[in-house]
Amino acid sequence: MTTASLRSVYPGPGGFDPRQLRREFPIFGNNPGLVFLDSGASAQKPASVIDRVAEYYRTDYANVHRGVYRLSARSTELYEEAREKVRAFLNAADSREIVFVRNTTEAINLVAQSWGPAFLKSGDEVLISVLEHHSNIVPWQLLRDRIGIKLVVTPLDATGGVDLAAFEARLSPRTRLVAITHVANATGAVVPVETIVQLAHQRGAKVIIDGSQAAPRLPVDVQALGCDFYALTGHKVYGPTGIGALYGRYDLLAAMPPWQGGGEMILHVTFDKTEYQHPPHRFEGGTPNIAGAIGLGAAVDFVEELGRDNILDHEEALTGYGVDRLSRIPGLRMLDAGQRRLGILSFDLEGVHPHDVAQVLDQHHVAVRAGHHCAQPLMEWFGLSGTTRASLGVYNDEHDVDRLAEAIEAAREMFCR
Amino acid sequence: MMDLRELYQDIILDHGRHPRNFRKIEQPTHFAHGYNPLCGDRVTVYLSLDGERIADVAFQGRGCAISTAAASLMTEILRGKTVDEARALFAQFHARVTGGEPAALPEPLAEEAERLEPLTGVKAYPARVKCATLSWHALEAALQGGGATVKTE
Repeated sequence: MTTASLRSVYPGPGGFDPRQLRREFPIFGNNPGLVFLDSGASAQKPASVIDRVAEYYRTDYANVHRGVYRLSARSTELYEEAREKVRAFLNAADSREIVFVRNTTEAINLVAQSWGPAFLKSGDEVLISVLEHHSNIVPWQLLRDRIGIKLVVTPLDATGGVDLAAFEARLSPRTRLVAITHVANATGAVVPVETIVQLAHQRGAKVIIDGSQAAPRLPVDVQALGCDFYALTGHKVYGPTGIGALYGRYDLLAAMPPWQGGGEMILHVTFDKTEYQHPPHRFEGGTPNIAGAIGLGAAVDFVEELGRDNILDHEEALTGYGVDRLSRIPGLRMLDAGQRRLGILSFDLEGVHPHDVAQVLDQHHVAVRAGHHCAQPLMEWFGLSGTTRASLGVYNDEHDVDRLAEAIEAAREMFCR
Repeated sequence: MMDLRELYQDIILDHGRHPRNFRKIEQPTHFAHGYNPLCGDRVTVYLSLDGERIADVAFQGRGCAISTAAASLMTEILRGKTVDEARALFAQFHARVTGGEPAALPEPLAEEAERLEPLTGVKAYPARVKCATLSWHALEAALQGGGATVKTE
């Protein structure tokens, strides 16, 4: 049976059947009964991605760039083809605007360490939100400690969304950069980044968007958004670990100094002076994660084949079902996620510590994450030390959410007698 | 997979829900904070020493059922013990939950150590070992200096 027919036998809200789709993910065959609800931490990999990486090593592997021999030329071509796929995935104008990095964390650090010191000075402000993952907080704190910028935090409104009026009020003449998530990893809140970009640009501030959770769930068009930088990680979009991408507007990248020196990123080196490569290679010092990039290309193909609007429909329908189903459990409180929640079901179960919840869930073969989700300031905002978080992927369906709910009820039974 | 009730035995659930000695000692001779960055759990252990003997021991904090029960059981068995006995109990307990070679303890300490047996279910769950030992690490830090924060990572 072809994958196309597998996917369309009993189409779900996304036009594909998650249960059939699971057959394309070997992890499920090797772990019967697994209810995997931790895609927000890292998604499982379809066979097409796993096989593509293996095939590349078997048939096309050689180091990229500068190789005269055919194999190296082919490897380079595949690596650059993957860049083109990521360009199309984000609808960037030019593939030179796509820098391969290890993950979102590295993408944000690249901007903080290269663009930051080159374009910011003491007293300039970087504006972030309460929703941020530590990876969109700590790089800016490091920059603050290094060059004396001011880190300003914009609050949430009563619904758990970014308070746009408060955000606007915090945009000052010194605001040079807004660093904000697209979808909050700990609550699933979808941030209206179009509006954020408009407001920031009106004041002359640049915008970097953390797309870790959004890229696997939403169609992303960086030109329509108008953002200056967009960061994503491969392993959350069904690709390999150790590969991610930074989109940066070409004129910005071209004006940025290198952040790591080495091979691949130079045009000409003497002991007196080095002339650097143009973007994106200027920012890719050393042998890159070639197989990772090619695997990410395969993951992009997988996602595009399913259809990103379809995935969005699927995630929205399942998120709605999940909120509905879980909210009926006594003592369970969903974390507020503003006007729109996507793909993340984060909750507090009264009287039961998240780690105890997750432990009981594991006994029921339901894999979730418990704790602060690398968003401690957000947890503090909600007055919690942590939550239990189920996060959705293309292979999840309502049955998975039911299994989750049953396991939560078992946890209540055990701890709340 | 082992039965979850071996991890969450009744005594753990009971102490987790109704921790003993869950209070602050106003004038402790020693105290320390324990912090598990993995889960954000916090515990503060207070000691009141009379010479070498533990006259009073109590704790406060927030944590999972296992870390709360572990702290609670710890305070119950430590009262009246000497500092050396407390350290011997910790060393033996630590070995038991991490799969090490536990040293033999003299009676009646051995009998007291047996009260910690319900916590040794964490052996099968490596991620939870630190929950069971957090309060003990804080105790050790309190004995060493006091006022410090000890992290499990």
